[in-house]
Amino acid sequence: MMKVKDIIDDLGLTVFSGKSGLERELTGGYVCDLLSDVMGNAQTGQTWITLQTHRNVMAIASLKDLAAIILVKDNKPEEDTLKQSEEEGIPILGTAEDTFTIAGKLFNLLKNQQ
Amino acid sequence: MKTYRADLHIHTVLSPCGDLDMSPGKIIKKAKQQNLDIIGITDHNSTKHCSVTQRLGKKNRILVMMGAEVTTREEVHCLAFFEDIEKLSQFQEFIDVHLPSIKNKVDYFGHQVVVDENERILEEEERLLLTALDVGIDEIERKVHDLGGIFIPAHINRPKYSLMSQLGIVPPGLKAEAMEISKHIGVSEFLKKHQEFKDFGFGLIRSSDAHYLEHIGEVFTGFEMNSASFAEIRLALAGREGRKTIAV
Repeated sequence: MMKVKDIIDDLGLTVFSGKSGLERELTGGYVCDLLSDVMGNAQTGQTWITLQTHRNVMAIASLKDLAAIILVKDNKPEEDTLKQSEEEGIPILGTAEDTFTIAGKLFNLLKNQQ
Repeated sequence: MKTYRADLHIHTVLSPCGDLDMSPGKIIKKAKQQNLDIIGITDHNSTKHCSVTQRLGKKNRILVMMGAEVTTREEVHCLAFFEDIEKLSQFQEFIDVHLPSIKNKVDYFGHQVVVDENERILEEEERLLLTALDVGIDEIERKVHDLGGIFIPAHINRPKYSLMSQLGIVPPGLKAEAMEISKHIGVSEFLKKHQEFKDFGFGLIRSSDAHYLEHIGEVFTGFEMNSASFAEIRLALAGREGRKTIAV
């Protein structure tokens, strides 16, 4: 099983916060910017790729027990989002790439691990 | 105390999706027919029809709450109201800074025109109003409150462009004078579905979100208060000093 820390170098991700959660196991990915949809459909252990930076992102990641969050297109987490990520130990990662590109790369990475 | 009928969410012809008949003059006439005492003028990301509508409202003994329906970065629609023209124009400046410069495509989205009381076109808004500001909901809420305004997330239970669709849950600590629920659901039905709102501390209002004349006043909220004014409305939304709102 891959861990969050295993994708950081391969995907060239920035770690914004939640370092204590880098050992979390990663089962797959989920891509959506509608938080209501993520709340309904994301599965435990997935990495969530989004452009949303509001603190509710962390509320939902915690509720669904997601492995990590990847913010796309150089989006930075808001201050209280960062704080909550630290508290929850769910890492927020970042990339300059867009959702399509980073999701494709993560998909391949996970596929090759199987 | 008297109960005033208020429909606080009405679009004008300035909103691209607003019908061409939604001129300030016709809106006031229709509001009068519908026995409304208070209306809110809330175009998408623009306040430019508020002052003319307020002037016409005064002549017809209708209080016009001046504001806008802003779209946050998260694509949450929120109503914002301001007490006077000066505060309103400061908020318009904030919108102008934060609204991305995307040209409206009239054929696709519709006309965005500012008219006077005689329905003469004064200005055509070139920038597409139907898009999101580049600032998040928390910053917009702070701006509205810095200007002494009233902040009300719109149609929060709608499956799109709402607090609940875009942000999943009501952000803990969000400061809002009230929440608007959509016209398609009654308050008791809403509270049955969303128990978490029962003791939430937010007043609930319902409004028409009218884009066509015939929808104005179709749904409204009762305000029990001493007079129709911005300050009294604030008290009623907070349920203070014996004032209250009655939404069914």
